[in-house]
Amino acid sequence: MTQSIVAQLFADEWPKIVATLVRELGDVDLAEDAAQQAFIEAADKWGPGNTPDRPGAWLMTTARRRAIDVIRRNADLRRKLDLMAADAQINLATSGWFAAGTDPDHVGDDDHQLVDDQLALIFGCCHPSLNTEAQVALTLRQVCGLSTRQIAAAFLTTEATMAKRLVRAKTKIRDAGVPFTVPDTDQLDDRLESVLAVIYLIYTEGHAAADATSLIRGDLCDEARWLADLVADLLPRQPEASSLSALLNLSDARRAARVDEHGQLVLLADQDRSRWDHTLIKAGRERLADAEQASSLVGAYRLQAEIALAHAEAPDAESTDWAKIVKCYDRLFALEPTAVIALNRAAALSKASGPAAGLAALDALDNQGHSELRHYRYFHAARADMLRQLERWGEALSAYQAALDLTTNDSERQFLVDRIALAESGGEPD
Amino acid sequence: MRYMLLLYSADDAGPTPGTPEHAAEMQEWFAYTQQLQEAGALISGEPLHGTDTATTVQIRDGKTLSTDGPFAETKETLGGFYMIDVDNIDQATEWAAKIPLAPYGSVEVRPIMELG
Repeated sequence: MTQSIVAQLFADEWPKIVATLVRELGDVDLAEDAAQQAFIEAADKWGPGNTPDRPGAWLMTTARRRAIDVIRRNADLRRKLDLMAADAQINLATSGWFAAGTDPDHVGDDDHQLVDDQLALIFGCCHPSLNTEAQVALTLRQVCGLSTRQIAAAFLTTEATMAKRLVRAKTKIRDAGVPFTVPDTDQLDDRLESVLAVIYLIYTEGHAAADATSLIRGDLCDEARWLADLVADLLPRQPEASSLSALLNLSDARRAARVDEHGQLVLLADQDRSRWDHTLIKAGRERLADAEQASSLVGAYRLQAEIALAHAEAPDAESTDWAKIVKCYDRLFALEPTAVIALNRAAALSKASGPAAGLAALDALDNQGHSELRHYRYFHAARADMLRQLERWGEALSAYQAALDLTTNDSERQFLVDRIALAESGGEPD
Repeated sequence: MRYMLLLYSADDAGPTPGTPEHAAEMQEWFAYTQQLQEAGALISGEPLHGTDTATTVQIRDGKTLSTDGPFAETKETLGGFYMIDVDNIDQATEWAAKIPLAPYGSVEVRPIMELG
């Protein structure tokens, strides 16, 4: 009972408490330890009928007290204080919370300050002077409150390795003077880009696990979606923040249908659409509307979200608005001219205008010198599929074979073997 | 916090001495240094002679070895430095980006280890 109250509060309150303490103390480790202590105490003390009126405030005050305890106990207090940023020291001196008598049930909340504190924590964890691995690990630890062990498991590495990575990141934050502040307006766009990239990376990591045994590591998808929602809520006027949230909600809505009962990948066209999560689709649609309202500027996340929405709104693969999807890919390609986007565009084009048009687009891409595509199994698989529809069996056969040579996934291999048998018989099933 | 801005570039990068472009760049260096000074951020800053003037000293097995040339042969070499005093890494990188060499070279920003 108590466990579940505390567990529910954890998601909402953890980032707020850590964010506030990081600002006040200027010490990421101490903030984390103190927040953890507060939650442990809550789990111990709270019971039915014995839960504070404002549990969030109680946790915050308790965490502050524990931080003070640690600072007082710490033999090298002097050194710690030296490490704190000057403004954090002013905060300590003026906020008066060294006076230990503060009643946890009567502390004021300042919503605006809380928004800033949480943003500062997120921007600090995703600071460009940290490498991507460190940004991801820190964000999951500090903002999401995952344990080192959980993060290590999600990234298929050992707890010791992950602990080392976090320590290295925190050392750099301290020694290089990485600020935990909301960036100035002229820096905000660039800095937001790296925050959104980290969230997107966490999602794709959870979504596209290379090993077929755990095709979707749901925990990471949940965390990424939660983070994207949080950033979109904190920065309502930033269209790409809302768009990323839309994209992740819409994409995650398909999670249950993406893997069959044998744990094998199910392609979008073959998914049981009744298993899509309509609450998430609704949330995604609303986020996309937020983005449209915030700005007429159309960024890469917005276009991807629009593509995801076109899929979400179609009752089946055939009646999907493929023409709209092709248009979105055109605009996406203008922003990010990568071969993979061009390939996706060609696949959508074959649905919108027929396999001959799709094949022409693919071959044009190949002729334009995108030779890297030949190492990409989806290129051959898409090409083979278009050739199959055009009943050019000989060419289809060699394209399926090329895809098969590149695949590492068992379910894909079986699919391709079946298709090769079909092509060998010239379209006549045995 | 104090930071060292280490200025690296390839020998043949940037304007050639004696050209109007070079003279214009010199003005940019003076202006930049003055800007740092006026912001109260400058501790010191000096250009260095090229790596062909470098001597590398090592003690090995108790013997002092002096050899001609830089410590490591690389395409981009250390050509100068600024030591600055600012609040955080964001301000340090902002100053680094304004250095006239940044468009064709590299500026490594290193926090100075404060002892004691």
